[in-house]
Amino acid sequence: MADSSVTLETPLIADLGQEAADSRLARVRVGVVAFPGTLDERDAARAVRLAGGTPVPLWYKDSDLQDVDAVVVPGGFSYGDYLRAGAIAAKAPMMTAVARAAQSRGTSGSSPLPVLGICNGFQVLTETHLLPGSMIKNDHLKFLCRDQRLAVESTATPWTAAFEPGEEIVVPLKNQDGQYVADEGTLAELEAEGRVVFRYAGGNPNGSRNGIAGVANARGNVVGLMPHPEHAVEPGFGPSSSGSGPVAMRSGTDGLRIFSSLLHQLVSA
Amino acid sequence: MPRIIVDVMPKPEILDPQGKAIARELPQIGIDGFAGVRQGKRFELTVEGEVTEAHLAEARRAGQELLSNPVIEDVVSVSVAED
Repeated sequence: MADSSVTLETPLIADLGQEAADSRLARVRVGVVAFPGTLDERDAARAVRLAGGTPVPLWYKDSDLQDVDAVVVPGGFSYGDYLRAGAIAAKAPMMTAVARAAQSRGTSGSSPLPVLGICNGFQVLTETHLLPGSMIKNDHLKFLCRDQRLAVESTATPWTAAFEPGEEIVVPLKNQDGQYVADEGTLAELEAEGRVVFRYAGGNPNGSRNGIAGVANARGNVVGLMPHPEHAVEPGFGPSSSGSGPVAMRSGTDGLRIFSSLLHQLVSA
Repeated sequence: MPRIIVDVMPKPEILDPQGKAIARELPQIGIDGFAGVRQGKRFELTVEGEVTEAHLAEARRAGQELLSNPVIEDVVSVSVAED
């Protein structure tokens, strides 16, 4: 590895035998969409980089996906969410391109474009009709920010394939419009088809139906999640707990595994 | 200029936390005759000249495709404002 490519994000202790795998991961290009008002795109890009992949910034007004292998629609806000959270953003050229790739790729035998929507990005994906249901104001109406325990219930998505079914993780949750709602028929379908990917554990923080924190589309390539895995990727800057037991203060990195899972799925595909 | 009014309400089966918060507040200012409150949205679409059937059709389409989210909301009326 050339000295110029060594950064603080490169592990300092390396097994030389691992280099081939690392360089395969580094070739995975993960697009991170930014809208006016998005505020977590840098964290999402950093999470991709820490997991070993290459983040590619995607601007909402463009429609060129730049040959990315997967897309993250990060959290924050979009256009101030004037109409409804994510409603205007869903009509942006980049989201039209993402929706087309997420739905059309795969028909020719290649696997469909993996997409992860986080928080406002999840809302954008529901408004784009890539995912069912919607989010309304929290039942208690307050903005809530806390470390949230989640159960990973489906491992049939590229984003969660590295987990054990039922495994718990802790990542930050921060929103006011986080209450997942869908009609009874849709909820029954999601449950029956195993498309509830993440469920709140240790109490429902916002009144979400069935305690749902994240869902997938029928093919499993598109996942939406309200809490923020990209804020739990680096010791010193994460939650003070983890799903696998106690950690040092702010050293929870459970979220990183979602990004690692994606990269390993893509290189082993 | 004439306006087309599009009214959007949360679906009846969807809990309306904003409406509930308002309902709780009303008795605090001495208004206690109401059993419930639901909060919706009113859009005013301004038309240059006469409102035609085509304008109304476009307003209905706007209501379905942008102004409301059919998962959580209904367009309850599309009407011409009487000025």
